[in-house]
Amino acid sequence: MSLLNIDGLTQRFGGLQAVSEFSVDMKGGELMGLIGPNGAGKTTIFNLISGFYQPTEGTISLNGKPTAGLKPHQVTSMGVARTFQNIRLWHDMTVLDNIRISQHYRMGYSVWDSFLRTKKYIRCEKAIETIAYDLLEAMSLKEFAEELPKNLPYGLQRRVEIARAMSIKPHLLLLDEPAAGLNSSDVEDLIKLIRWIHENFDITIFMIEHQMKVVTSLCQWIKVIDFGATIAEGTAEDIQSNPAVIKAYLGDDNI
Amino acid sequence: MKDKTLQIVLALSCIFLIAMAQFGMIGNYIQAVFMFVGINIIMSTSLNLVNGNMGEFSCGHAAFMCVGAYVSSVLSVLFFGKTLGDPLLPSYMAVFIFPIIILIGGVVAAIAGIIVALPSFKTRGDYLAIITIAVNYIIISAIENMSFIGGSRGFQGMKDTVWAMLDIFNGPWMLMWVTVFTIFTVWIIRRFVSSTYGKGINAICQDEVAAEIMSVNTDKMKLVNFMLSSGLAGIAGGLFAHIVGYVNPQSFNILKSTEAMVMVYLGGMGSLSGAVLAAILFTGLMEVLRSQALIEFILSPVTFVFPEWEPSAGVIKWVLIPLILVLLMQFRPEGIMGNKELSDWFPKLKKYYKFK
Repeated sequence: MSLLNIDGLTQRFGGLQAVSEFSVDMKGGELMGLIGPNGAGKTTIFNLISGFYQPTEGTISLNGKPTAGLKPHQVTSMGVARTFQNIRLWHDMTVLDNIRISQHYRMGYSVWDSFLRTKKYIRCEKAIETIAYDLLEAMSLKEFAEELPKNLPYGLQRRVEIARAMSIKPHLLLLDEPAAGLNSSDVEDLIKLIRWIHENFDITIFMIEHQMKVVTSLCQWIKVIDFGATIAEGTAEDIQSNPAVIKAYLGDDNI
Repeated sequence: MKDKTLQIVLALSCIFLIAMAQFGMIGNYIQAVFMFVGINIIMSTSLNLVNGNMGEFSCGHAAFMCVGAYVSSVLSVLFFGKTLGDPLLPSYMAVFIFPIIILIGGVVAAIAGIIVALPSFKTRGDYLAIITIAVNYIIISAIENMSFIGGSRGFQGMKDTVWAMLDIFNGPWMLMWVTVFTIFTVWIIRRFVSSTYGKGINAICQDEVAAEIMSVNTDKMKLVNFMLSSGLAGIAGGLFAHIVGYVNPQSFNILKSTEAMVMVYLGGMGSLSGAVLAAILFTGLMEVLRSQALIEFILSPVTFVFPEWEPSAGVIKWVLIPLILVLLMQFRPEGIMGNKELSDWFPKLKKYYKFK
């Protein structure tokens, strides 16, 4: 069974057709890329998957379960984590707190337990703390646990954001332009990090990316969209030589 | 033992305060000031949950104080007073029933908090601020039109309950209850905001979209936070009503809400210890500036130049306090404590307490 199945996804904002007839079928363990010029509707697709928008037409299902009508936090608790194009950490809370708050979906205690500090509360808080420290250890971020994200360099902030997404223990990880704003050595680290995550966790990754270096070295399958419509898909080599893709990115030469 | 120092100091000073009141070492006026400090601490710390921790802008906090005040007053009069018919309960039970009455007032105020919480799912910032002002007016007007509880003439008779308690034991009951509920409020808020659950509120403040995507149920968190905040304000209202012995809807109008807001901004957004300090400072300032002698002393250079001008403390107070606010916003816009706690400024304090 496919992990993520999108069928005939269409999103209209008033008269604008942001996404039209987008379909994809991802099996567990795949690493797929989504590319396209600015304003092609890539982030809209991510927003649709994570439940921020309800699609005008079409269906999205995760592990065979449709996500229509679910709130973003409910979709997240089904095992979909994502990062954002511009880093959206909680900048005034420590890295550790950033990870801890992301455990809300498996909190296991109610507000009354937090008032009364019941045994259940202590057990759950301990479990959350262990998970958070283990993850920071695995992502080699442990030394920054008590730092505020706003004081970290940009590359590390990206890493923290990916770590925070990983703390959901997702089946599907959506990365929205993870290499945006990184310098070339950071990009190398990022490629290694994503590859490491993909190999070491049982995870499927769907990423939007502009930097061809990242896309070609990571993605097994690439979809290209322009003005909301899928114009090509295939392996990295197929895409790079596809005339429709070249036309979408570089424009027509006989103007 | 060392890590309990703060708790012991706090407990001893509360006992000392109540003992001083009991043996007549502090007069009724000073007692009243202490009680208003307590009520203002409850108001500012509970409003701080919404305005500080969640980053919303609630300007109608007094509405929930009003609900709590009226609910507990009516219950109090029904049970022990004579205004609304014969008392339902024998007067010796007042001591046990009184805290329950205050808590019921808090619960009903928490339910009234849903009126603000539901629009907050969709609305934010300035728009929600307008809704909170509207809710303040809705509640005041609703009570003004309930003639069976006095309407705009106000409602009284709660003192019967206080007197019933005094009949059992002649002591500073209200001072004791205010102390108990103030400590209860700070304790419960402290536990809430330091849990992973409560920190979801701060996540909503800093980035709501990220909070929602990282599995924080933002709607539920807002509901819980608004209900907790307004419930605690309801407790403050119930205590206020029993101290004064008379409530009037207009004493919970937007001016009262503004007072609570001033304390939050004075203390620093999202700082619990800041809210407590600001409430103490603000109440103290309000009382000190009542002194005609002090006002005349402060303004003596001005009256020296204009000898025919006779400043009145009641008026000048409302010039000086807003002026202090203006200066504060100009030179320290983050408030006394910023978003830090007292223990962040003085790390050595951490040795002396350990909160669970």
